[in-house]
Amino acid sequence: MTLAFLNLSWPVFANGLEFGGIYALMAVGIGLVFGVLRLVNFAYGQLIMAGGFALAYGSQWNFPNWASILFCFGVVLGLSLVMDRLVFRPLRTHSPAVMLVATFAVAFVLQNIAQLSFGTFGKSAGALAFLNSPWDLGGVEVKKIAVIAVVTAAVCLVALQLLLTRTSLGLHMRAASMDFRTAQLLGVRANRVIAGAVIISAVFAAIAAVMLSVEQLQVTSTFGLSDTIFVLAGVVLGGLNRPIPATLGGFSIGFATGILGGALPSSQSQYLPSILFAAVIVVLLVRPNGLFTRGGGAVQRV
Amino acid sequence: MSAAPPALVLEELSVRYGAVDAVRGLSLEVDRGEIVGLIGPNGAGKSSTLHAIMGAAPVVGGDVRQDGRSLVGVRSEQVARNGIALVPEGRRIFGELTVEENLRLGLAARRTRVSGVAFDHAYELFPILHEFRRRQAGALSGGQQQQLAIARALAAEPDVLLLDEPSLGLAPKIVDVVFEALGRIRESGLAVLLVEQRAQRTVAFADRSYVLANGELRLTLAPQDAGDTDRLVAAYLS
Repeated sequence: MTLAFLNLSWPVFANGLEFGGIYALMAVGIGLVFGVLRLVNFAYGQLIMAGGFALAYGSQWNFPNWASILFCFGVVLGLSLVMDRLVFRPLRTHSPAVMLVATFAVAFVLQNIAQLSFGTFGKSAGALAFLNSPWDLGGVEVKKIAVIAVVTAAVCLVALQLLLTRTSLGLHMRAASMDFRTAQLLGVRANRVIAGAVIISAVFAAIAAVMLSVEQLQVTSTFGLSDTIFVLAGVVLGGLNRPIPATLGGFSIGFATGILGGALPSSQSQYLPSILFAAVIVVLLVRPNGLFTRGGGAVQRV
Repeated sequence: MSAAPPALVLEELSVRYGAVDAVRGLSLEVDRGEIVGLIGPNGAGKSSTLHAIMGAAPVVGGDVRQDGRSLVGVRSEQVARNGIALVPEGRRIFGELTVEENLRLGLAARRTRVSGVAFDHAYELFPILHEFRRRQAGALSGGQQQQLAIARALAAEPDVLLLDEPSLGLAPKIVDVVFEALGRIRESGLAVLLVEQRAQRTVAFADRSYVLANGELRLTLAPQDAGDTDRLVAAYLS
C-alpha cells in the first residue's frame, strides 16, 4: 500500500463527485423499491447492463445520441416492468428470503442471457465517449461527464424529493414504505404505488447506464455489476429505507470509489473493493443502523 | 318503493385462520345513522370481524354486503374506496408523517374530488388536530393520535365507519371526547360499527350491541340493558 490516495487532485476529486452522483441515484433506485416491496433487488445491475447494451446497439445502428439514450430508457423501463409483473408482484406476499433469492435468480438469468447473446467481450458503446474530454472551469480541467453526472443526480434527487413530499402519489409511496397494510386499508392502491417505485427506480437505472457507459465504453454481461455491489454496500451503509440516508450512503461509497479509483496507481487498483468493503464492515460494526439514520428502526426492517 | 338495504349486513359470516375458527356464523346489520356495538372478551373475534369486512381476513363462509353488494373477495383498498373506513386497533397512524399528511392519506379512498376545505369537518370535530396539523403525528399523545385516526377515516367521507377499540389505553377524559365525537358522527348519518372492550359504556351508548364470545353471537342488547350486568357477565363467560 502506498499513501497515494492522499494525493488528491482536482480531477480525482471530480471523479469522486461523479461516482458519488451516479451511485447516489442507483442507491435511491434500489431504496425506493425496497421501501414499498421490502425487496433488495439484486437484479438492479442487470437493468443497468441492459441499458448499456441498448446504448451499444444505438451506436452500432448509428442512432443519434438522443435516440440511443431514449432507447436505453425504453429498454430499462420495459425490462423493469416485466420483472415487476412476472417476478416481484406474484412473490410480493412471500417471505423476504424468497424474494431475495428470486432477484438473484433473475440477475443470473439476465447475465447469462447477455453472455450467451453478446459473448465475453460484449459490444462497444462509444457514442458518448466525447464526454470524457474536459471542460475548463476557472482554470481547473474537469471531465464533462463529471459535471453532467453531478448536475443530473442533483436535479433527479431534488425532483424525487418534490414528488415524494408534494404529490399524493409520493405521499402514498412514503406511507406504503412505512406500513403497507395500513396504507392499503386507507385505500392506497398497492399496484400504483409499486409501479411508481419501479418506474422511478428504472429511470434512475437508465440514467446510471448512460453515465457509466461514458466511463466504460465496452459493455459486457458484467456491465454495472460491480457498481451495483458497491451501491448495495453503500445503501446498507447509509440506511436502506429512506431516500436521504440511501442517497448519502450511495454518494459516500461512490465518492470513495471515485477518489480511490482515481488515486490508486493502476497496479494496485485491484485492492479497491477490499478497501471499500473493509471500511463498510468497520462502519457497520460501529453504527449497525447505518451512518445516516437516527435511532432504531432501520435494522428490524431488513 | 322498496326500502334501501341496510348500509352493512353480515350474514352467517365465518372467518378462519388456518385451523382456528375466529368467527362462526355471525349475522348482524348496521344502518345509516346508527351505532352498533360489538363487544366481548379478548379473542372473541371482534377484530377478525372488522378485518373480514375490510377484505383483510380470510372469509370461509357467509357474506358481507354493503348496500346490498357483496364485499367478499374484494381487496382492502377497494373496500375502502367503496366507502367503508376502518379506524384500526392501535390507531396505526403514520408517526413520521405530519398530522395533515396523515389526513391527506385518508383522502386516498374518497370518492368525490377533493376541494380546498377537505379537513374542515375533521378539524371542527377535533380542534386539537388543527392546532397540531404541522407536527409529526408520532409526537402526539395517545388520545390525540386516536382523534387523528378517526379524523383520517372520516376524511374519506365514508358511508360506513368501523372502529376497533378506539378507547383502548386512553385517559377517561379522552374517552369522553372520543364517544362525544362518535355521537356527532352518528348524527351525520354514518353507519358505525363500534368494537369495544368497555362493555357497559358501549351498550348504553350504541343503538344496540352484540356480545360475541368464541367467535359466536351470544346476546343482543339494547341501551336499557346496560345496567343488567348479570346478563352481560353471563354472556362473556359462556
